[in-house]
Amino acid sequence: MGQLVCNQDKVNELNIEELIKVCPFGAIEYTDGKIEVNAGCKMCKLCVKKGPVGVMEFIETETKKVNKDLWKGISVYVDHVGGSIHPVTMELIGKARDLAAVVHFPVYCVFIGYHIKEKAEELLQYGVDEIFVYDYEELKDFRIEPYAAALEDFINKVKPSSLLIGATTLGRSLAPRVAARFRTGLTADCTILDMKENTDLVQIRPAFGGNIMAQIICSNTRPQLATVRYKVMNAPEKQFNSKGLITVCEIAKTKLKSNIEVLKVVKKKTEENISDAEVIIAVGRAFKSEKDMTMIEDLAELLHAQIAGTRPLVEAGLIHAKKQIGLSGRTVKPKLIITLGISGAVQFVAGMNNAEHIFAINQDERAPIFNVAHYGIVGDIYEIVPKLINDIKSSVIM
Amino acid sequence: MDIFVCIKQVPGTSKVEVDPVTGVLKRDGIDSKMNPYDLYALETALRMKEQMGGIIKVISMGPPQAKDVIKEAYMMGADEGILVTDRKFAGADVLATSYTISQGVRKMGKFDLILCGKQTTDGDTAQVGPEMAEYLGIPHITNVISIIEIKEKSMIVEMDMPDTIEVAQIQFPCLLTVEKDIFQPRLPSYRKKIATKDREIKVLTLNDFEDKDEKKYGLNGSPTQVERIFPPAINNDRETWTGSGEQLSLKLTAKLKELKFI
Ligand SMILES: Cc1cc2nc3c(=O)[nH]c(=O)nc-3n(C[C@H](O)[C@H](O)[C@H](O)COP(=O)(O)OP(=O)(O)OC[C@H]3O[C@@H](n4cnc5c(N)ncnc54)[C@H](O)[C@@H]3O)c2cc1C
Ligand SMILES: Nc1ncnc2c1ncn2[C@@H]1O[C@H](COP(=O)(O)O)[C@@H](O)[C@H]1O
Repeated sequence: MGQLVCNQDKVNELNIEELIKVCPFGAIEYTDGKIEVNAGCKMCKLCVKKGPVGVMEFIETETKKVNKDLWKGISVYVDHVGGSIHPVTMELIGKARDLAAVVHFPVYCVFIGYHIKEKAEELLQYGVDEIFVYDYEELKDFRIEPYAAALEDFINKVKPSSLLIGATTLGRSLAPRVAARFRTGLTADCTILDMKENTDLVQIRPAFGGNIMAQIICSNTRPQLATVRYKVMNAPEKQFNSKGLITVCEIAKTKLKSNIEVLKVVKKKTEENISDAEVIIAVGRAFKSEKDMTMIEDLAELLHAQIAGTRPLVEAGLIHAKKQIGLSGRTVKPKLIITLGISGAVQFVAGMNNAEHIFAINQDERAPIFNVAHYGIVGDIYEIVPKLINDIKSSVIM
Repeated sequence: MDIFVCIKQVPGTSKVEVDPVTGVLKRDGIDSKMNPYDLYALETALRMKEQMGGIIKVISMGPPQAKDVIKEAYMMGADEGILVTDRKFAGADVLATSYTISQGVRKMGKFDLILCGKQTTDGDTAQVGPEMAEYLGIPHITNVISIIEIKEKSMIVEMDMPDTIEVAQIQFPCLLTVEKDIFQPRLPSYRKKIATKDREIKVLTLNDFEDKDEKKYGLNGSPTQVERIFPPAINNDRETWTGSGEQLSLKLTAKLKELKFI
């Protein structure tokens, strides 16, 4: 760790403007003849790297180092409600295996619930070395204190180097609770994960609310926690000769107390879910009214597609929040996605760039969506889409 | 009821870009606003107060300008505002932020409930709430979509899960993060603006905290580090088509047919 230090003697009238302007967060202030860094600082260190030479310096200070050799294995939290396992779990197992291979670590799962032992058997087939099961009646429904206690117990017993958790409602409640308990780092909604030789987990996600990606590490504490959304990683094939172990863990019942009582769990009506769609038409801010949307419905019907969109369209009430693609919406991985009038901000792209075939129509040839699309079509949607509907209709008839 | 609402000031626009030549971040406009999701948390607190009586304190960690969002909360009906600010808090990640706010809450005395927004539009982690609950040793429920009943020592809420809704009773003191659909936030009132013009905003710095250990705050208290920032990847396997509307439409139809989507 360390701190930013300003060499005040190197500040002069010529470079002061430059220095203040280099900070994208407006965190460098000049008051009473002194440069100061305010609480807006995000430690991106751009002032050191790109500011006037020698003015800002980053001074490393001694930090307590963790003994990384004591922490081994990549573990995956098994996300489930009442024993039905969320498929993000298998995707994370797939990723965990890739990461583990770099540093020759085992892959573990931790499975917390009630009457779940049989389900654990199934998971072994995805290539897990050992599954640690906490099976108690107190763990039947998700309640934060007993679940956090079981996960804490697992971490203390097994000492996993990294712990991957699905960014589901449940995972996003449990992961931060446990990260704080171990005073360790947690990166939300990673889109890329990688492993360094020294067992540091490389965590990449869109950041600072802009069109940029940040690479984040957590090199002085263990375990390293990351959440990942559904459909970002790939699930491995099942293998039938699994040699993994199932270990049933015990925990004192007193640790499973809770101030929460689950009164009932109601199943929601099953709805169309864009995460499962094979074909998606995604619409962006180029769409202004309900009337524009009817044009899309025709196209969607012809292509058997689901309609989804960007955040501004949700905010404008033109599509439902559940149909938002992106960092704060859903991740999709269809066979075909056609984006119409979408600029391609990182937060949107993070939710769809794993689609198999990406087509984009946008009238601005410099729109960043064209960096992602396999087929970039420069043109006006109001001109192209009606023609496209006709062309598809006639090509079907022929 | 004593309720804390955690509110954050976020940039008004989301335009941050990397200059391709210099690699420097560019942010146009420095206007800012209250994190929109926190409006729902504040509205929830106001409704609860209307029903149960009590006092609403809003707390925000950020630079001195963040006082603006506290003033906005006053205009909606919050009773007290606390700004947690110190240069030593610079560079805080989720862990350090949660610890800092929880120290601020502790300093302000007892409470029944803490309400947070679901997430912020700049940090966008949805993690600060649960981490604070851990530091304060209280239970939490995230993604609350409705309040069914408020009792003397507990409340019954609905938590939104992907395929189910969990109905749960939680004892006070506790922390909840609320979803957008819980209540429609009211608009700030002009009358309240006038009435609260001179209302004090309490400022807390590191020196006011119970735990003054600098190592636990700001960059030093942050286990995660940003190693580098970079522009998003560019797909190399791509084509660009230009032409008239007719040409483009025909070309697209042909391609979709070739790929067997029609
Ligand atoms: C923390 C955070 C999280 C976010 N999460 C998400 C998220 O999950 N999902 C999301 O979508 N966004 C998200 N955003 C917002 C994101 O940054 C962008 O603002 C948003 O994706 C832009 O949507 P858009 O492309 O529809 O609109 P714009 O950026 O306004 O783009 C509209 C595009 O349409 C084109 N156009 C206009 N008229 C026509 C026409 N007639 N024919 C053809 N093209 C036309 C324009 O050239 C332009 O490129 C997030 C932002 C932040 C800060
Ligand atoms: N700096 C802050 N000051 C006050 N509250 C905050 C701050 N950061 C986050 N919060 C609260 O925590 C919630 C989740 O934030 P985040 O984890 O950044 O997505 C927000 O909706 C706020 O209620």
